[in-house]
Amino acid sequence: MSKEPASMTWRKKDDIASRPWKGRKREYDLFKELTVGVVVVGLLVIGFAATFGSPDEPSITLKAWAVAAPADFVTTATAELGGTSATATYGAPYNSTAGAGQSIGPISLSGLSGVQIPINTSVDLVTGPLSLQANPPSELAQWNSASADQQAAWVTAYSDALTAAYPPDTIAAETTFDTTKVATGDYGPVPALTTGLLTMAQAGALDGAIQNEGGFFNLDYTKSILFLGDGTYFVGIANGAHLTGDQWGMMNETGNYPGQSWLWLFSFWYQVPVIGGAANADILVVGIMLVLTVLLALVPFIPGLRTIPRWIPLHKLVWKDYYSKR
Amino acid sequence: MTTTLEPKAGETAAPETEELHTWTGKTRQWLIKVLPSDKLLPEGQPSYVASWIYVFGMGAIASLVYIIISGVILSLNGPAWYHVSALGHFVNSTHLWSVELFFIFMVVHLWGKYWMAAWRGGRVLTWITGVVSFAVSIVAGFTGYLLQTNFDSQWIAFQAKDALNAVGIGAWFNVANLGQIFMWHIVLLPLAVAVIVALHVVLIRVHGVVPPIDAAETDAQLTETAAAHTEGGAR
Repeated sequence: MSKEPASMTWRKKDDIASRPWKGRKREYDLFKELTVGVVVVGLLVIGFAATFGSPDEPSITLKAWAVAAPADFVTTATAELGGTSATATYGAPYNSTAGAGQSIGPISLSGLSGVQIPINTSVDLVTGPLSLQANPPSELAQWNSASADQQAAWVTAYSDALTAAYPPDTIAAETTFDTTKVATGDYGPVPALTTGLLTMAQAGALDGAIQNEGGFFNLDYTKSILFLGDGTYFVGIANGAHLTGDQWGMMNETGNYPGQSWLWLFSFWYQVPVIGGAANADILVVGIMLVLTVLLALVPFIPGLRTIPRWIPLHKLVWKDYYSKR
Repeated sequence: MTTTLEPKAGETAAPETEELHTWTGKTRQWLIKVLPSDKLLPEGQPSYVASWIYVFGMGAIASLVYIIISGVILSLNGPAWYHVSALGHFVNSTHLWSVELFFIFMVVHLWGKYWMAAWRGGRVLTWITGVVSFAVSIVAGFTGYLLQTNFDSQWIAFQAKDALNAVGIGAWFNVANLGQIFMWHIVLLPLAVAVIVALHVVLIRVHGVVPPIDAAETDAQLTETAAAHTEGGAR
């Protein structure tokens, strides 16, 4: 007679797994175990902390960026002024840009919040801070009174000239910004404004100017971080530290530390070309991980998945002692 | 209507088998039935609870104790303290490593429980609360990385915003807003982890530790009485 395979169901019924255990017991002191656990883990924590410490790479300021990579700063400032940067065209929750949000087929959640954190890159990151100076550049008036088409034409022409003088793939390494390298053209007030912003940033005045836009008490660093991310300098540093998405960066941290290794599966999907390279990669990955998390929680209800522990009997190792005394 | 509950002459406390009428009384009766004190704090465990795999759940709880202690010290001193204080940096390091140990213990515990099919016999909520506590802990850990107020947190904020904005929650879970993230990290998420872990532990005590997959009614350890064969000594 063949033995009935063990039930793997979650349901409570009249079996050994469901009934209170009536068989042999062993002394087991939960509080003693907790105390020993707290002591052992405490020693491990103190040992690791004392031996390895923790990483603390200083943050990047707008001043540090403007000093280290001024050409990249000016190019980015030009895009912010003209509203052509990644932030300016991001869409919700920062601004209204038609078709900017990610979606899966007809499902688009990105626009649901609306513009909750409004950012006008031209005003918030460039002209606003410039106007706070004791002697604001006179070109501000020329910019403000120009038509949108005229502003766009100046910015496009100047951006093209900057790209020709400082190619994007090497611009972050340029430690000086030489205006004479940029071809002459009809750029209106754009060079004066962006160079003025560079001077302001290099003096350390721009960090505070942008941060103070939120008032005296401001814990919101969204504008400054998005501004940094629109350039190539900040991204280049992250790239050098293996922190970008295509380098499993989601689970890494600076230095030789384990980071958020538990995010390995989240990070893994970004390495799959068909997912990581998709325009809607983020919503795809979040969707996959949400589904997998729900599946993990529901494993007891899923035939097959819940039966694997019987097919691959690792439980014989766990309960070796019990099985040997049957 | 109020019911008088004064004991009659010669009576002492009402026995728990008495039919109770108040919500409080019914709740107490239910709690005592579901989780009597010897089940909540037992002095013994079934004989099959004899493996190193059982220590990892307790290890995770012990790590959580250090996470909370070090986290309270860090938050009382403010997020920038550890940049300028050697003691602060050490406390920050203990916070980091207790988190790393917490996740290691929790992952081993989770895998162990999977291979033991620990949801059997009406223990499905214990499994689900375990998975939920793992998921919430991941979010809590993530917000901690955002609070480092250094390059790492700047970059993580820049990189992570896209996934959160893609699902429409970036405005309320704004990774670049230190105030919001501070609130998520030191209030809401720890509270959620603590509540779910507490519920998880209570459910373990209510249902007991799951018996071996191949345990059979004919096993000597079941057919012989518990009292006659209690094995001495904690593992």
